[in-house]
Amino acid sequence: MSSVELKIQRFDPERDAAPHWVNYTVPVEPMDRVLDVLTRAKELFDGSITFRRSCAHGVCGSDALMINGRNRLACKVRVEQLGKSISVAPLPGLPVIKDLVVDMDAFFGKYRSVLPFLVAEEPAGEGERHQTQEQRDRYDDTTKCILCAACTSSCPSFWAQPDYVGPAAIVNAHRFIFDSRDEAADDRLEILADEDGVWRCRTTFNCVDACPRGINITKAILEVSSAIGSRR
Amino acid sequence: MSGALRANASRTDIDAVVVGAGGAGLWAALELAREGIPTAVLTKLYPTRSHTGAAQGGVCAALGNVEEDHWEWHMFDTVKGGDYLTDQDAAEVLAREAIPAVIELERMGLPFNRTPDGKIDQRRFGGHTRNYGEGPVRRSCYAADRTGHMILQTLYQQCIKAGVKFYDEYHVVDLVFEGGEADKGGRCSGVVGYKISDGSLHVFRAKTVLLATGGYGRAWRVTSNAHSLTGDGMALAWRHGVPLMDMEFYQFHPTGIVGIGILLSEAARGEGGYLLNNEGKRFMESYAPKLMELAPRDMVSRAIYQEVRAGRGIDGKDYVYLDVRHLGRKVIEEKLPDITDFARVYQGVEPISEPVPIQPTAHYAMGGVPTNLNTEVIAGPDGSVVPGLFAAGEVACVSVHGANRLGTNSLVDLLVFGKRAGKRMAAICKSTQLPAARPGAETAVADEMAAMASRPEGVRPAEIRRDLAALMMDNVGVYRDEALLSAAVREIARLKGEYARVRVEDTGSVFNTDLLEARELGYLLDTAEATAVSALARKESRGAHSREDYPDRDDAKFLAHTMVWRGSDGAPAERIAYKPVTITIFEPKPRIY
Repeated sequence: MSSVELKIQRFDPERDAAPHWVNYTVPVEPMDRVLDVLTRAKELFDGSITFRRSCAHGVCGSDALMINGRNRLACKVRVEQLGKSISVAPLPGLPVIKDLVVDMDAFFGKYRSVLPFLVAEEPAGEGERHQTQEQRDRYDDTTKCILCAACTSSCPSFWAQPDYVGPAAIVNAHRFIFDSRDEAADDRLEILADEDGVWRCRTTFNCVDACPRGINITKAILEVSSAIGSRR
Repeated sequence: MSGALRANASRTDIDAVVVGAGGAGLWAALELAREGIPTAVLTKLYPTRSHTGAAQGGVCAALGNVEEDHWEWHMFDTVKGGDYLTDQDAAEVLAREAIPAVIELERMGLPFNRTPDGKIDQRRFGGHTRNYGEGPVRRSCYAADRTGHMILQTLYQQCIKAGVKFYDEYHVVDLVFEGGEADKGGRCSGVVGYKISDGSLHVFRAKTVLLATGGYGRAWRVTSNAHSLTGDGMALAWRHGVPLMDMEFYQFHPTGIVGIGILLSEAARGEGGYLLNNEGKRFMESYAPKLMELAPRDMVSRAIYQEVRAGRGIDGKDYVYLDVRHLGRKVIEEKLPDITDFARVYQGVEPISEPVPIQPTAHYAMGGVPTNLNTEVIAGPDGSVVPGLFAAGEVACVSVHGANRLGTNSLVDLLVFGKRAGKRMAAICKSTQLPAARPGAETAVADEMAAMASRPEGVRPAEIRRDLAALMMDNVGVYRDEALLSAAVREIARLKGEYARVRVEDTGSVFNTDLLEARELGYLLDTAEATAVSALARKESRGAHSREDYPDRDDAKFLAHTMVWRGSDGAPAERIAYKPVTITIFEPKPRIY
């Protein structure tokens, strides 16, 4: 077993005045992911090392962290991709609760603000609605979002203006705006035409780099902006 | 009291409490909201982190959109797949109500893949057949290989729309009973929640409580399950006198990533993937000539073990290949995108050009908290109801899965019975009064948790957890016998003894995951014990329970559900009873595919 130098940004609100870095030398296996290394450090050295995790294979969105300076899911980054030195910090731009755990309430509040649900008259009868595969494909990319906040917390516009609704909320609005079954696109576009809506995007593509689901977020934001433009 | 818990619990009175926000909990909450019932949903995660989201391949319903199908065929497959331990009245409910449930999901906005004429597309899945076993049928409705993700998202979206009140990151640490425990005629009157962000306790007094907490795959070392799946609901019910049913039936899914257990969906085989041994042979020919790779999971997992034992594992090791190369890039990338990504990220294997090494992985509990068809928890073989307590989804045992669950039926289960739970709870909330308040309802659990966080020395939870997971893998896995199971029962008792001295290092009150993981370990030990004790008592082989010392099914003695009660005062579980299987249409037959 070889080892890595793991540097964790730690903060305990009951003890610490400010976040600080703590180093651990952690044994690793060849196929280990950063989540495995964090878990091992917690088991071997200090049970109070605190982070969220659940599915451990990139579908639940619990363990988005800033790893070697980039927002990534800890369960999707293999240690061998990072070399001998790994730094792990909480997602930037969100309030830290403890160690690597950030307060997600405001993030989910923005998600809820864009009407992230199908709005449609109940169809007649009891059957399914029909939708062509082409209509389905139109919004496929943005259905993949797992709300991990890696994108929003990587966005310089969000860092500068925390009221910005952010890429994740726009992605989830996009998912319904371009769904042929939905009838509330205008309401969502109205919400996103606000000064803290889509116009704050500066197309830096940090969100695209950060997304663990490979969603082309900037393209989705531009499609929403364009829909707002053509509506006026 | 230790710093890990804040003093002075808050108290809330409400009609309904839903514990867990996966598919079953969310659909129940949605029904309760539609009926105007004040409801609190408590989840130890954020709802969208729930493990329903990890389900991949699809949800079966006999829509008949692409070929002839009937709910009776689905019912038959479910009964036969469960090796005739399935209660047939429950299987009928499952197969019938799957159809409106899937259509309702579509109407809620779920983005199903579509047929050329715009209907919900359907594909093949293991054990699902046409005309009572003639050959595979296209019954699984799907959204690429992210069906569970789409179900979870869609139900959460609808809950937001309906104004459901969520308590995110509230860990339910106890149930409250009044008038005695469940086995003494008591009534469930609420829950104790622990707010993870600040260590405060919250007592919810309620007319109805739904357990929708999922399974306990983390009792095994190699598992497809999330870290959060620690048997919370099962263990809490067990501690209050509810028996656990059919716990010996635990499913190993055939195609997990070697070593770490992450699931590669059965959809890979539904789309036509092969399983190959080291001779390049499709070895399922020798085990299930008609359904081949689409035989039920228990049979495929055993076949893999047999191949490995016969020296036909890849490079003589303990795994075989899943091969999808012949499906071509387009099918692989469009219909199996996520599992392709998993193979690339976690194994460094490219499925388009290479076969993928796989081995069985601990996946799903057929057993759990026993309920009737309306999701009301029952206290024993006579079916008497535990007032106020409900269970739905993997935590529950209705029993629709019998001795072995078919692929996709977990999603069908949580949709159909999650919805039924909400409806039944709403009816009861309208016709009953709040139970009497129980002062100090939180005292016992508060003391237990405070003790863990204030012991000057003791055993680390991680050590016990590691030993338990290895033990369950070695002794309570795909193949079992008397010696393995007896040793498991003894060893679990020893680990429970160690657990009485468990010590957590984190003594703070803010986001104390160290403390919660220790608490979860206690649930795992309970569910593991129930599993091993039930498995030792069942001297036959049926479905996922394969006894090498009793290789045949024994309907004369064991066509019945096991019910096991927890021992009192820390003693090992001894009390077992059997509940007859409900047979309505299909007489038990040998199970050949």
